[in-house]
Amino acid sequence: MSNDSSLLSLILFTPLVGALVLLFVPKRQEDAIRWIANVFVFIGFLVSLPLWFRYDSANPEFQFVERLPWIPSIGAEYFLGVDGFSVLLILLTTLMGVIAVLSSWTAITMRVKEYYIFLLTLQTGMLGAFVSLDFLLFFLFWEVMLVPMYFLIGIWGSDNRLYSAIKFFLFTLVGSVVMLLGILAVYFYNYSVTGVYTFDVTQFHQLDIPFDMQWWIFLAFFLGFAVKVPMFPFHTWLPDAHTDAPTAGSVILAAVLLKMGTYGFIRFSLPILPEATIAFVPLVAGLSIIGIVYGALVAMAQRDWKRLVAYSSVSHMGMVMLGMFALTPVGITGSIVQQLNHGISTGALFLIVGIVYERRHTRLISEYGGLSKIMPVYAAVFLIMTMSSIGLPTLNGFIGEILILQGVFVVQKTWAFFAASGIVLGAAYMLWLYQRTMFGTVTNPKNENLPDLSMREFVTFAPLLLLAVWIGLYPKPFLDRLETSVDKVMMRVDSDYTPRFAAVMDVDAPAGAAGSPAAIAANGAARAGGLDETPAEAVAVTRVVAVNDDPGGPGMIEMPVRGGGRRIAAGN
Amino acid sequence: MLEITPLHYSLLSAALFMIGVIGVLVRRNVIIIFMSIELILNAVNINLIALSDQLQDLAGQVFVVFVIAVAAAEAAVGLGIIIAFYRNKETVNIDEIQIMRW
Amino acid sequence: MESIWLIPLLPGIGAAINGLVGIRFFGKRLAGVLASFMMGWALWLSFWAFVELLGTEERFHQVTVASWIPPIPLDTVDGVGSFTVDWSFTLDPLSAMMALIVTGIGFLIHIYSIGYIEHEPRGGVARFFCYLNLFCFFMLTLVLGSNFLVMFVGWEGVGLCSYLLIGYWYHKQSASDAGKKAFIVNRIGDWGFVLGVFLVFFTFGTLDFRAVAEAASQMPVETAAVGFGVISAICLLLFIGATGKSAQIPLYVWLPDAMEGPTPVSALIHAATMVTAGVYMVCRNAVLFTHAPMVMEIVAVIGVLTALVAATIGLVQTDIKRVLAYSTVSQLGYMFLATGVGAFGAAAFHLMTHAFFKALLFLGSGAVIHGMNEEQDMRRMGGLRQYMPITALTMAIGAVAIAGIPPLSGFFSKDEILFRTFLHHGVFVPDRVLWGLGVVTAMLTAFYMFRLINMTFFGAYRGPAWGHGAEEPGHDDAGHGDDHGAGHGHAWHGPHEASRWMTIPLVVLAVGAFFAGFVGVPIAFEAVWPWTATIEHFLHPSFVAQGAHAVEEAHHMSLLGEFGLMGLSVLVALGGIWFAYRNYVERPEAAERLAESLAGPHRVLTNKYYVDELYDATVVRGTMGSAGGLWTVDQRVVDGAVNGTGWTTIAASWVSHILDKYVVDGLVNLTAWICGEASYVFRRAQTGLIQNYAFVTLLGVFAFVTWFLVAR
Repeated sequence: MSNDSSLLSLILFTPLVGALVLLFVPKRQEDAIRWIANVFVFIGFLVSLPLWFRYDSANPEFQFVERLPWIPSIGAEYFLGVDGFSVLLILLTTLMGVIAVLSSWTAITMRVKEYYIFLLTLQTGMLGAFVSLDFLLFFLFWEVMLVPMYFLIGIWGSDNRLYSAIKFFLFTLVGSVVMLLGILAVYFYNYSVTGVYTFDVTQFHQLDIPFDMQWWIFLAFFLGFAVKVPMFPFHTWLPDAHTDAPTAGSVILAAVLLKMGTYGFIRFSLPILPEATIAFVPLVAGLSIIGIVYGALVAMAQRDWKRLVAYSSVSHMGMVMLGMFALTPVGITGSIVQQLNHGISTGALFLIVGIVYERRHTRLISEYGGLSKIMPVYAAVFLIMTMSSIGLPTLNGFIGEILILQGVFVVQKTWAFFAASGIVLGAAYMLWLYQRTMFGTVTNPKNENLPDLSMREFVTFAPLLLLAVWIGLYPKPFLDRLETSVDKVMMRVDSDYTPRFAAVMDVDAPAGAAGSPAAIAANGAARAGGLDETPAEAVAVTRVVAVNDDPGGPGMIEMPVRGGGRRIAAGN
Repeated sequence: MLEITPLHYSLLSAALFMIGVIGVLVRRNVIIIFMSIELILNAVNINLIALSDQLQDLAGQVFVVFVIAVAAAEAAVGLGIIIAFYRNKETVNIDEIQIMRW
Repeated sequence: MESIWLIPLLPGIGAAINGLVGIRFFGKRLAGVLASFMMGWALWLSFWAFVELLGTEERFHQVTVASWIPPIPLDTVDGVGSFTVDWSFTLDPLSAMMALIVTGIGFLIHIYSIGYIEHEPRGGVARFFCYLNLFCFFMLTLVLGSNFLVMFVGWEGVGLCSYLLIGYWYHKQSASDAGKKAFIVNRIGDWGFVLGVFLVFFTFGTLDFRAVAEAASQMPVETAAVGFGVISAICLLLFIGATGKSAQIPLYVWLPDAMEGPTPVSALIHAATMVTAGVYMVCRNAVLFTHAPMVMEIVAVIGVLTALVAATIGLVQTDIKRVLAYSTVSQLGYMFLATGVGAFGAAAFHLMTHAFFKALLFLGSGAVIHGMNEEQDMRRMGGLRQYMPITALTMAIGAVAIAGIPPLSGFFSKDEILFRTFLHHGVFVPDRVLWGLGVVTAMLTAFYMFRLINMTFFGAYRGPAWGHGAEEPGHDDAGHGDDHGAGHGHAWHGPHEASRWMTIPLVVLAVGAFFAGFVGVPIAFEAVWPWTATIEHFLHPSFVAQGAHAVEEAHHMSLLGEFGLMGLSVLVALGGIWFAYRNYVERPEAAERLAESLAGPHRVLTNKYYVDELYDATVVRGTMGSAGGLWTVDQRVVDGAVNGTGWTTIAASWVSHILDKYVVDGLVNLTAWICGEASYVFRRAQTGLIQNYAFVTLLGVFAFVTWFLVAR
């Protein structure tokens, strides 16, 4: 498994190496630059494939763990690892990276070298956020992502690009600054309990933060993540950024960047702050439902093709958030699957806009019409992606929506009642868009000679079409990979929850192993029962240390220490 | 024969010095001013040698050698500056050299 | 029976081949033959599955192909359940019958389409057959699926295909509008349907039809005394879905517009199969519905009202396909009436006979439209029976069948429904009211059908004239290519009979429409016909929970009464036919006079009760208005807040800037300024003249030396 021990770093840095290589290529050699960028991002995808095959979906621990000291004085580490959530999102990122880079071949003619360098750097930033198990490292990558995206929008964007770029940057930054306060609060709270300075997320997952503190920290995290998702009142940066970004930028924004917010919730907010999560469910669900209906209605009013797709993102991400905050395994599973689906279908829809934008340099819906006749293959791809977006069964969107709505329904029927109206409105705005652009006669003479999809363009769509059908017909491989991760989150937010892997794990897990559900469940029970216990009085708290003697990826062992105890030597 | 006493040397030196000073102050040609500066230096030299003899101390004569060496270097640098200046301004008239003016 | 999953898959494969390869490479004939072959194969498999099913004792067979959604724990009413869905298919009497209808009629319509669509461009033909095969794939998934979600796959999928096929001539605005309307209205129904499905899972912990039925059969019947419970809620939500798919009040408005599609599509999707999906779904969940008598009552009332309303609109329509469309809505209302009174067998029976005669009527109208060079207005037809005798004869058989004249199929099925309605005791509605409305509808049905037949095939020819070689030369090529809406593009030589591709399916369907009723002969005929109520007995196992071996209720009244009812409905039908004959054949001007004398009601009917206008003014405008309004809110308020924050920040920064520039930096600059001003005095000393400097230096030396000498 020597290969596995550095797999994540390999995935993480391949695009960055590509960016560095590009620095040494003369900027006049644009084709060479394009080739190099494509090759590197494709290698990046290839090296991420082992994650799909080698990820052990029966193992509830973080896998492919890498751990090195980074800033020892404050306890920050270079700590990477993945679970089911991040595996799927990493694969989505590397795949969408390939598609985004490939789709830029002819679209970008100005400052080609800088463009690809930014795109590759962005790729590393996003991957870093998904693989980090150190909160500070996560925050680093979280901020690193902003910079290339800012330039991508600001330099290669359209009309109002500077406004949009600055809005995107500042909006996200405001959220993340508040989030940083939350991170520090958890960090210092952890120190006050364990006496160890660390940003180790797996350790944070075991904390029992008092409710009042959880409430504030949740609010801080919420602001950071909700902006990124984006949730209803914080969404206005998204239509501007999506509309003005270059096609590849929109694709990455929609497919991957928005997932940062939801990933943040599932990785940090829910497991670290379970009680506050439960307390915030009505608020989040309410905002999500508003987002679903509101996003759909506003999308209907759009005259700009790209902006319409952008608002549909608001609606879909509302669905994702609603499923997550149903706090049922079906809802959370559906939420993650829907994130993939949104990445696939909305990413494809932005590519679709990009194709005609590249040919006609306008995004106004009224400029088009009757394209079915001129670009039949394009129309067929668009049709499938429209259907995927509105959740037609046998395509991917349906699986996510049905899981989310079913998961929500058993919790609160009125939520499902209103959220399901999104499927009507979704059909309305998407079909109307399709009718206005694809059907009818060609009224605009400029459209008469538009070429259909080229081979390269079709190749960018092919994996998305395949995935849409695959997830729609046979989502089991995806759902299986989520099983243990969903259960771990569920155990944090619901102390009565019996995980599915309990039966398998209880037999051979050594007593006291932190990974064993018994220990985690006991932890949860203690938390549930001991809310009135102030941390200073806590006698036994748990401290998790990584040990590297487990060949199947480092396991966690749990050591009891006295309250406020000193640092314990690593287990090995 | 008139006995030449250190006083004579001093008077000669003072006269030369004054001639040099007046030359520096009133002449307009930079070259002349330069020569006047040489006069001043040599007036000092005479004084130094005379007193060295009278006091039976070689240090004065050593100083003279130094002064001559420095004067030579100074002449070289100074003439260089003058030539460079002449090339730019085509004049060596000191009244027209006032680039250090406020 | 093990390979029933192949039945839907075969047309699916056909659709994939035609869609991926055919559009680019196949000829017209090849695309059509391939699609028809796949349907024929599916028909063959369905037939053998049916035969095998008859051979089993249990009359139930389920095949699970793969896991779709693996088990995930989820709370239900009874604690933690497991949400899981399999790709599984069920063969039982109901689904076997439906599979036979879909594949059988689908096969015939595929054959017919080969002839109908031959004037389309090559790629368009392959696209058409791709959609048609895809539709059959989804429809068969719908009828064979053994749980709610697999059914929902078909349910939504047929909606998609309906959308694509209605909008087949997508360059026509009306066609793409109609397709969009159909899809969105269906989605409104689906909204209810999915909520019903969620409630099913929440209540029963499973989505499998059979398991749900078994669980439901253990629960009390929610009569008016028990109250409106969870099963009633489920049934009501599911029925909302059915009103969308099966075009019932209030969601029927999409079906008449759907006639924008090619006529074979109208026959297959909007008459024979897809629109009956709602009825099928209700029959499939018969156990649930029988446990919710109040909802059953709602179903019956909606059904009979839809039947009546649609029939009245059908009275005045002049577009041949729209008459048939409203007739379809009306007949579907009959089916819901049947399910509402608990006569699920009768509903399925009528579904089957209706599939035959309505497909026949639609295909016949297609042949007429084809022969009349795309003319759909009956006022410009007339006397066509001499030009297209086979079409005229087969359509007449269809009309007689739907009017309910014995011994054609429609008589048996419709009479069974009316009979069962007559016997039904409602919860809220007084007895016999539903029956009375049903009988009135039967008369209207007979009238408008024979109005159609008479206006089309009898009387004098009122259509456009055609010349013999009068067209200018080259006309033959002029219209070729793109303009499908306006005509075939070939010279029109007057009304003509359709090709064999189209007439043979007509004849086969006519035979079916004639004889299909004999599988459901009323028990009253026991003395003369030994095989009574065959189809009811056959289907019965599908309508009761397994294990609960409920005896079939006997629905008997005195023979005299039963024959009296039959006689009445035949008389009513004959009355409608006579009235149509009098007004449209004997005295064609009488109809116009009637319309003039009843101008008010006539206008309301012609405008379809202004329902479209009402929906447009409320739902559509409301949605679009709120969309526009919310967008303004989004830009002005939500984004306004963001930009406001931005502007506030900018304003604050500007104020700081002013402060910084003039106050803080002002002090710094003031210091510099004072120094600068002072320097004016002193810098005069700097003459730049070396001699001045030297002179001053000299003076200084003298002064110093003087001071030195004197002060010492």
